Amino acid sequence: MKEFITSLFSTLTIQEVSLVISVINIIIVTASLILFVVFMVYFERKIMGYMHARIGPNRVGPKGIFQSLADTIKLLFKEIIIPAKADRFMFLLAPLLLLIPAIAAWAVVPLNPEFLIADINAGLLYLLALTSFGVYGVILAGWASNSKYAFLGSMRAAAQMVAYEIAMGFALVGVLMAGGSLKLGAIVAAQSGGIQNWFFIPLFPLFIVYFISGVAETNRHPFDVAEGEAEIVAGFHVEYSGAAFAIFFLAEYINMALISILTAIFFLGGWESVFSNFSILENSVFSFLTQPSIFWLLIKTLFFLFVFVWLRATFPRYRYDQLMTLGWKVLIPITIVWIGVECIMFVMEVGPWSST
Amino acid sequence: MRIKHILKTLSMIDLIKGFNVTLKALFREKVTIQYPEVKTPLSPRFRGKLALMRYDNGEERCIACKLCSAVCPAQAITIESEEREDGTRRTTKFEIDAFKCIYCGFCEEACPVDSIVETNIFAYHMTENHQRTQTKEMLLQTGDDYKEEITKNRAKDSKFT
Repeated sequence: MKEFITSLFSTLTIQEVSLVISVINIIIVTASLILFVVFMVYFERKIMGYMHARIGPNRVGPKGIFQSLADTIKLLFKEIIIPAKADRFMFLLAPLLLLIPAIAAWAVVPLNPEFLIADINAGLLYLLALTSFGVYGVILAGWASNSKYAFLGSMRAAAQMVAYEIAMGFALVGVLMAGGSLKLGAIVAAQSGGIQNWFFIPLFPLFIVYFISGVAETNRHPFDVAEGEAEIVAGFHVEYSGAAFAIFFLAEYINMALISILTAIFFLGGWESVFSNFSILENSVFSFLTQPSIFWLLIKTLFFLFVFVWLRATFPRYRYDQLMTLGWKVLIPITIVWIGVECIMFVMEVGPWSST
Repeated sequence: MRIKHILKTLSMIDLIKGFNVTLKALFREKVTIQYPEVKTPLSPRFRGKLALMRYDNGEERCIACKLCSAVCPAQAITIESEEREDGTRRTTKFEIDAFKCIYCGFCEEACPVDSIVETNIFAYHMTENHQRTQTKEMLLQTGDDYKEEITKNRAKDSKFT
C-alpha cells in the first residue's frame, strides 16, 4: 500500500505518505465499525427473538435483514428535542464524548499482524485510558439533560464504571505479566504456538473477570442499572431522541465490539488459529485452517458478541447493591489473588511463558 | 455451609444452567404467528362487530322492542320507532356507538327475533370520529354481507344454546 500511495503522489514526503495511509486506515476502520453496528442490531434482535421462541424482525427485506437500516433512517430523520432547561452545548456534546473514545480506542487494536492504525508502545494503557473516558459522556449526558431520572442514571453508570474499571485493570495486569508487553501485537505473539499457549488457560479467572467487567463497563445487561427501564425509564439518555439517541447506541455497540475483540486478543490468542499445531491438516486442502488470519479473530469476536446477547436474553438485571458487591467484594479480590498465583507460577516456571 | 456456598457461586453453576435454558430455546420451534397472512382459528361464539339480520324475504327482523337497548350495559344502542302502514312496528333509527360497545353479547341474547347478532369480525376501523356511530343501514349491510358466515356459526353452536 505504501508503494502504491508513493507511486500515486510522487511529490509527497515520507511523513505525508504515512499520514495518507493512516487516514485511509481510519476511514476503513470507522466505516466497518458503523456497518458492524448495523449488522449487530439485527443480529441481536434476531438471536434474542429466537431465544424467546419468537422469530424476530422479518418484515423489512428478506428475513428482515434491512431492519436495522430502516431503523437508522427512521432515527436520522427524527427531530432532536432539546429540553427547555437543558444546557444546549453540553447536551449535544455528551453523545460525541461517548462516541469519540469508543472509536478512538480502535486505533491500537491490531486486526492482523500488519494492519494497525497506530503502533504505540503503551497500547494497553491507551486502551484503559480511553475506555475510562466514556464515563464523561455518560455523566455529562445525565447532567446536561437537567432531569432527575437522567441524572440518577448517570450517577449509577459512573459508580459502576469506576468500580469495574479496577477489576478490569487488574485482569489486564495479569495479561501484561504473561504477555510481557504493552503492545497488543506482542501479547498475541506471546500466545502463538497452539491452543495450549493461549492465556485463557493459565489465566482462566482473569479471563472470566475481564469479560464480566467488560459487560459491566459497556452498561449492558445484566449490569444495565444505568438504564434500568423499570426504575429510571431509560437512565442517562432518557431526554435524547433522533440522531443523538442513535449516537448513544452506536457508542454502546462499538464498545461491545471493542470488549469482544480485546477479550479475543488478550485471552484467546487473537488471530492465532485453533488448529495451528494439528500436523494432520498440514498437507491437506485444509492447511489454510492452520494459518493465523483475521478470520480467526473475527470468529472469536463474534463468539463473544453472541455471549453478550446470550447474557441479555438469559439474566435479569442486577440490583444496584448486588452490582457493587460483585464488583468490589468478588471480582477485585479474585484478580488480586490470581495475580499472586501467577507470580508463584512465574517463580516455579510453570505455564506457557516458561518454555520460551 | 459458607464454604459450600462460596464454591457454588464461584463455579457459576447456576449461571451455566441459565445459559443452557436459553441455548435450548434458540433451537426450539418458534411460536410466532404471522398475523395478516396466518390467522388463529376463531370460536363460533366469538363476539365481534354487530349486525342486523333480515328474514329470507328481505324484511328486517327488528320489531323495535328495545330489549337490546335496555339490557346494554354500556348504553351503546339508540332506537327510535314508528308504526308502518301495515300496522307493524319498525325502527326508524337504530344506532350503535362502536366506542361504547363492549362486545358483551347481551343484546344478542335479549333479542326475541334474532335480529341483532354479533359477527366474528374483530378488525375494523374508522378514520373520523363521527364514523363511530353505526347506522341502521350499515348494520343491515353487515348482516347481508356476512349472512352465510353468521348462519354457519349459529348452526355450529346450536347444540349448546
